[in-house]
Amino acid sequence: MIHWQVIIPLVVFLVLIFGIGIWANRQVMQSNSFLQEYFLGGREMGGFLLAMTMMATYGSAGSFIGGPGVAYNTGLGWVLLAMAQLPAGYFVLMILGKKFAIIARKYQAITLIDFLRERYQSKTVVIVSAVSIILFLFASMAAQWIGGARLIESLTGLNYSAALFIFAGAVLIYVIIGGFRAVALTDAVQGSVMVIGTIILLVATVIAGGGISNIMSDLVAENPNLVSPYGADRSLTPLYVSTFWILIGIGVIGLPQIAVRAMSYKNSKGMHSAIIIGTIALATVMFGMHLIGVLARPVLPGVEIGDKVMPLLTLKVLPPYLAGIVLAAPMAAIMSTVNALLILVSSTVVKDIYLNYIKPTASDAQIKKASFYVTTVIGIAVVLVALRPPDLLIWLNLFAFGGLESVFLWPIIFGLYWKTGNKYGAIASMIIGITSYIYIDQIMPSVLGMHTVTLPIILSLVAFVVVSLLTKDKVNTGKSII
Amino acid sequence: MNDKRFKIAHREAIIGVILVIINFSIWFGFAYGMGSGDPSSYTYVLGFPAWFFYSCIAGTIFMVILIVFVIKFLFTEVPFDDEESEHK
Repeated sequence: MIHWQVIIPLVVFLVLIFGIGIWANRQVMQSNSFLQEYFLGGREMGGFLLAMTMMATYGSAGSFIGGPGVAYNTGLGWVLLAMAQLPAGYFVLMILGKKFAIIARKYQAITLIDFLRERYQSKTVVIVSAVSIILFLFASMAAQWIGGARLIESLTGLNYSAALFIFAGAVLIYVIIGGFRAVALTDAVQGSVMVIGTIILLVATVIAGGGISNIMSDLVAENPNLVSPYGADRSLTPLYVSTFWILIGIGVIGLPQIAVRAMSYKNSKGMHSAIIIGTIALATVMFGMHLIGVLARPVLPGVEIGDKVMPLLTLKVLPPYLAGIVLAAPMAAIMSTVNALLILVSSTVVKDIYLNYIKPTASDAQIKKASFYVTTVIGIAVVLVALRPPDLLIWLNLFAFGGLESVFLWPIIFGLYWKTGNKYGAIASMIIGITSYIYIDQIMPSVLGMHTVTLPIILSLVAFVVVSLLTKDKVNTGKSII
Repeated sequence: MNDKRFKIAHREAIIGVILVIINFSIWFGFAYGMGSGDPSSYTYVLGFPAWFFYSCIAGTIFMVILIVFVIKFLFTEVPFDDEESEHK
């Protein structure tokens, strides 16, 4: 079934996004420092842009499609879990904060790996970082793309492959031609759409359910555990919930796509307002979308596939034109995550591998060409993988989250704040982080009732500190600027 | 190298850690402190179970207010480029 009235607002949204891409492309072509412009938007973001691009990059298919679906089946406990994400709005910018901005400028770093390379002076650190960024972000891009295509599939009645090509084509074009500036500007539009869409749908759902009290008593009548912090089947134990906090609350510092944004802003004033705007926007979206999932249960009972809760609910409680606007929100969330990942993976290949090790003497024209080509090839490769997708969207997503955090969290933090931390510590931390993460994920996912990511983060912390102290005399930190 | 901007940066990073600890205590404390009883005997605030209202709604609003306060009064603006900035 095709809902034309729903599709029109979506098309308008896409056209707007394209316009931004084309405008950004003109900036890219005029810039005298192509790399800095294409991969970092010329380091000029102000507060609103910075806040929105962080929130939009962080908020993904999981927050708009997967998350509400799980909340529908789990109850208020899942909203509680989702609110662990609140620190992502302020903690990253406060911790990386000014120090990262100052040092990134001193090093003239354009990518996160630039910073790690200058700080640790180690080829191994660069290679391990590059490989984990490419692998993990490739996987999460594919997951996002699958989510996007499924959404278009369910809204338009097109088949999955056609939906995937439309969606991927839309994102690829503006990212390839516009670079980071297009990504950040479209993120601002997409972030705003996410916030507005969430508020509209939340209000409409509460009204459709006859008010909060009414909905809550329906939930209690069905299963009282739906309104408890333990979740419908009482599986959300305090230990699990508190360790989950590490993954989605504070470990976010270790996500390269987030960290790179902490070096792209113009001045400290921008950063200050970004912390406030970002926290409010993130809180609204995370709280709103997950609560919507719970409230949907009495309003729209009996939905069997979690991922369909949000689209079906929207079509049920809103008039068609408004539904189109609200359904642009998950599209925006997916696009804004994919575009950030795509430009990051591309910068890793072009700047960190090609320019460092393959062709350090490349001319500006060659770099330009390589950047456009690499971005295109990666984008198309992800589409091909997504054509025959593996099933579990959230799992893929969280696997990438946890893996990247185990690799990058401590090398970034100690790289900034601990002079004695050195390359041996960083290498040990990265390798132990990633291997223990994969091992624990495969062998005993929730060891002792904790979230999978907990132990790898502790182990990589220990590895970093112990190895750095043991090799203290081997590395000269005398002229370090930390 | 002793950059005096780093002193400000370090102080603000510590403030970030304190905020996140406060955030965690409110969020986790209210949720499992008030919500661990029998779900059918919960008290309700504005339609929501009390644990949920304090942990996820009031707690979040409190954090936002606290963050605004901290940014306005405790954070300092610093220039990012070096004083002897030779590049653009």
